[in-house]
Amino acid sequence: MTVISTTIGQSVSRIDGFAKVTGQARYAAEPHPSGMLYGVIVNSPIARGRIETIREEAARAVPGVVEIMTHLNRPHTALFEKSYVDGLGVPGSPYRPLHDGEIRFNGQPVAVVFAETFEAAREAAMLMEVDYERWPHNADFEVALHQKYMPEKPRSNYVPPKSRGKAAEAYALSPIKVEGHYHLAPEHHNPMEMHATTVIVEDDGKFTVWDKTQGPQAVQAYLTSALSLSKDQVRVRNPYVGGAFGSGLRAQHNVFLAALAAKMLKRSVRVSLTRQQMFTHVFRPEAIMDIALGATPDGTLQSMIVEGVTDTSRFEHNMENLVVWGLINYKCPNATADYKVVPRDTYTSSDMRAPGAATGVNLFEMAIDEMAYACSMDPLTFRLHNYSDIDAMHDMPLTSKALREAMLQGAERFGWQNRPMTPGKMRDGKELIGWGMATGIWDAMFSPTSARARLTADGRLHIATAASDIGTGTYTILAQTASEAFNIPLDQIDIELGDSTLPQCPTEGGSWTAASAGAAVWLACQSLREKLFKTLGKNSNISAWLTEGLRHNTVVLQDGFLKNTDGDEAFEMSLRDALSLTGQTELEVEETAKPGLRGTISQMRKARFTHSAVFCEVRVDEELGIVRVTRLVNAVAAGRIMNPKTAASQVRGAMVMATGMALHEESLMDERVGRFMNHNFSEYHIPAHADIPDMDVLFVNEEDTEVSPLGIKGVGEIGMCGTAAAIANAIFHATGRRHYNLPIVPGD
Amino acid sequence: MTDLSVARPCRLEINGKSYVADLPPCVTLLDLLRERLDLTGTKKGCDHGQCGACTVLVDGKRVKSCLIFAVSIPDAKVITIEGLGSEGHLHPMQQAFIDRDAFQCGYCTPGQIMSAIALLEEGHTQSREEIREFMSGNLCRCGAYNGIIDAIEQVIAQQQKNRTGEAA
Amino acid sequence: MRQFSYSRPTALSDAWDDFEHARYLAGGTNLVDLMKSDVERPNHVIDLNSLPLNKVEELPDGRLRLGALVTNADTAAHPLVTERYPLLASAILAGASPQIRNRATNGGNLNQRTRCHYFYDPDMACNKRSPGTGCSAKGGRNRIMAILGTSEACIATFPSDMCVALAALNATVTLAGSQGERSVAFRDYHRLPGDQPWQDNILLPGEIVTSIDLPALSFGPHYTYLKIRDRLSFAFAIVSVAVGLQMESDVIQKAHIALGGVGTKPWCVPEAEALLEGKTPSLSLFRDTAECLLRGAVTDRDNAAKLRLAPRVIMRALSQAADGTPQSQTYKSIS
Repeated sequence: MTVISTTIGQSVSRIDGFAKVTGQARYAAEPHPSGMLYGVIVNSPIARGRIETIREEAARAVPGVVEIMTHLNRPHTALFEKSYVDGLGVPGSPYRPLHDGEIRFNGQPVAVVFAETFEAAREAAMLMEVDYERWPHNADFEVALHQKYMPEKPRSNYVPPKSRGKAAEAYALSPIKVEGHYHLAPEHHNPMEMHATTVIVEDDGKFTVWDKTQGPQAVQAYLTSALSLSKDQVRVRNPYVGGAFGSGLRAQHNVFLAALAAKMLKRSVRVSLTRQQMFTHVFRPEAIMDIALGATPDGTLQSMIVEGVTDTSRFEHNMENLVVWGLINYKCPNATADYKVVPRDTYTSSDMRAPGAATGVNLFEMAIDEMAYACSMDPLTFRLHNYSDIDAMHDMPLTSKALREAMLQGAERFGWQNRPMTPGKMRDGKELIGWGMATGIWDAMFSPTSARARLTADGRLHIATAASDIGTGTYTILAQTASEAFNIPLDQIDIELGDSTLPQCPTEGGSWTAASAGAAVWLACQSLREKLFKTLGKNSNISAWLTEGLRHNTVVLQDGFLKNTDGDEAFEMSLRDALSLTGQTELEVEETAKPGLRGTISQMRKARFTHSAVFCEVRVDEELGIVRVTRLVNAVAAGRIMNPKTAASQVRGAMVMATGMALHEESLMDERVGRFMNHNFSEYHIPAHADIPDMDVLFVNEEDTEVSPLGIKGVGEIGMCGTAAAIANAIFHATGRRHYNLPIVPGD
Repeated sequence: MTDLSVARPCRLEINGKSYVADLPPCVTLLDLLRERLDLTGTKKGCDHGQCGACTVLVDGKRVKSCLIFAVSIPDAKVITIEGLGSEGHLHPMQQAFIDRDAFQCGYCTPGQIMSAIALLEEGHTQSREEIREFMSGNLCRCGAYNGIIDAIEQVIAQQQKNRTGEAA
Repeated sequence: MRQFSYSRPTALSDAWDDFEHARYLAGGTNLVDLMKSDVERPNHVIDLNSLPLNKVEELPDGRLRLGALVTNADTAAHPLVTERYPLLASAILAGASPQIRNRATNGGNLNQRTRCHYFYDPDMACNKRSPGTGCSAKGGRNRIMAILGTSEACIATFPSDMCVALAALNATVTLAGSQGERSVAFRDYHRLPGDQPWQDNILLPGEIVTSIDLPALSFGPHYTYLKIRDRLSFAFAIVSVAVGLQMESDVIQKAHIALGGVGTKPWCVPEAEALLEGKTPSLSLFRDTAECLLRGAVTDRDNAAKLRLAPRVIMRALSQAADGTPQSQTYKSIS
């Protein structure tokens, strides 16, 4: 469809901004139903074993304590394991909180204490005494490497690597070879809002569940299935989500436990995790990648061999698309890759912002930089020289790829042409200055999504879909989409998201929401306009100009009015008046955006990705090794940009997280007990204000009519991909030293 | 033996309103605001003074409300995000945060805004570097840091303009 | 957090009555945190904030007295401190965050506990928290742990920045308790863990810090507080160095050095300071000084990087002090 932009593409300020800057936006732990109990979770201090005894006397003696829920007294839940499978499609046996007395990971909830006040519940939780029979465990990644395996049934979104040519032979014959053994530390999502659930038990006994999730409908489905509740008994809401970055893709144990307790106690409850407990569930897996590249002296890649592993739990097989990115993005006649997972006695690792690519693209782009240097070639030139216009792994054309433009425009903005090739040549006082670059790639996905558009008697347009705005700007871009599609001012639009009862929308994640929900809203608005016109056309009591106009298709919606484009401009009517003429109090449509036949064929025949080129300046203290990132430029090719202001914020935000990946973030596993020990914001370092320079994000023009109905690709993950590599590569350019382990910390 | 559960008098002025109650001494200012007064604009991001989401002003100074027992600041004047501005009359810092897209998920935002307002009072605003250093007690996982610094500079520029206007 | 009773005495002598299992509360920035973590479990909290210990005063002999209840922020911003003890102001500003410094007090800063992961996690063995349970930091994830002054029982780092400057400055601490008032050299205030790591300092039960006295001395511009950490702000030190040099023309008359982030207490080695005295600054002199300061360092599984970094940080800090180019805590490039 052709869209002429008036609102779409504008830098509109967030429409949810007022609620957020005034503190009125309510997050999962913030409703206050009367009589609500506070639940505090007690965690296992061991990684594997069995609960022997639970002594609750001291805890129950705390005034205000109402109940202590354990595997011994919990209410009935679904019998079959498959009822606990959530929407993410991770194969294996899903973890079932408080299912039995077996301990599968350190930090596993073993009890939840419920009390009238938070303080009483917290104290009682501290007084719980649990004895365990300890079983041997392994939480050591190095040890687990010996048990690497390929799950029999891979995760549903897993893209198996596809070999081409004869990689091993070509590598052996390549005059120039580089080989690297790369490692990425495990990371935790650590959204600022801790995972929490408030279950409101309504007067009719139904549950309204405020949960920190990226998918209210997924949580609703999970709860009804796992707790054997009927579908209309559970409504899940998440109008505001304090960040998630993937931690809200799966239903976390807090929501299960809160709903279970509400079932048991028939009272409203709240279960919030502490920051420490945020380290007892999902994390980005630790990863190793062995990358071998072969090239000819003119800088032509001849062979790429990538082997990678990530860790998972003993009970589920979490997988990432780790090793495929270089094979997709670079032209190279011979390539092969292999991927395995390794089991540890921990909770299951999971998707964190740009899962697979954040690790796989960044580590691969560090190897590419090393190869460029091995060929004595400028890293940008090297990448342009080995540029692929197709998905080189699947030998498939792409819907679009403006990566070349991104590289060139980004380089120009950054001033890359002034870069000396030799490392260590730029200096300011005791600091060496380095310039590095890398490219990024991420899927551009589209999923069928539904949206409702409703015109109400006051002339306002209400849009609803079960999407989640986790800080992504979804409220705002959907309002822009509706504004444009219905030609109505933004301030006459209400957007309702974050409610499982709204029209179907896939769980927010993977940068697909803008493309998918955007298309659904567009369609719904188009359909609502048609319905309005059709309904008006049936009314014989309307003005002649309108009758005529509708008959001749000359009536349009414009700025919230119906106007006749044929003839006298004075003929116009407000939406409120138009609706009242229909004789109805409101008009409503629901539409589902699907790829359609053309889209489905396109999806089979063409690959679709977002691309970026990141340029970085670092200053590295020559003696102390202290790294400061002083400049970042990211040129992004992501199809149509709905809102440059919020899109740039998305990209910058991911670049901040990638800076953490490059320099700060590492969850420190004490394998003796299977616990991540730096389980707080004091010792798990996410970048602070002082670490982040001004970041320049530019969007490269990329028209793509095929990737999704509105030509949108999504920008939530792309900033992660390449940025950490650009930093690492800049450090090399400053110091002449290669690092193969992220994060690069002082003293490395 | 002292009675451990004995509540203590707590007297505060919160956003201009007097608050008097007997509270267990273990109740933090943050939990008092969020759980007992329904002032949920002040956020809990770590509960250990390590993130800044709970920043409020106590007697004009920015502090982390998660580390203060409510009974231990008798007669203090507390200002939270709810005590700034009102509909149509946002505090300039609130407006600047909207203008400069200085947040995404919004969860650290009240703390950032309270901290930024105090920062301007403290005067550590000579450069973007100085603002960054003195805002570093407020973490933002969405990475809205550039926008936050822009917002603070916008308010500084407005104040300077206002001052120049007054002088003229 | 476990329940406790609360009192708020207005006179010093009332404070140390009935001290069994009690804890003093000043700024609360560490105590409240520890109580929430179930590390500290007092049954009674004595709030000191009504005691008259909140002044910065000049003493007749030229020393400066910092009241125990003056906040870190007010101390760092006090004109007499910024004028005469910019080293102290700089160290304070290198620590924590503005919000924490607005509450944290000088006395509390001295008495803050380690940030050792294992100390903070009641599920883990820790001799400092639970005497006799063992030290799980040894052999564990101990990148942040100490390399100096450790024992079999404990390798926890003392985390303060302010105290590193106070140690360098040779401050004096005044204590008061039921036995009366006494003064101790700051360098003797904190204890090495030895086989009693639960005792961080020499405070007797019930005793409180009433003031910190700074000796009358001046370094001119020849001082620095150089702190290396995992991010550029709001993180504890991996290695930090406080240096003050009294120089005449090009000769170091007297040297004051203390290390943070590497020791189980603020780390001072008088022999290292003596090495510098009467000499003109040179890299080889600084290298010898660093070597002397780090003598006896022991690394464990993860913290060898500290020993690699520390000599370089010490040498750089000494250069900064000798050159009269103290480290800015705002601008992060290191001169």
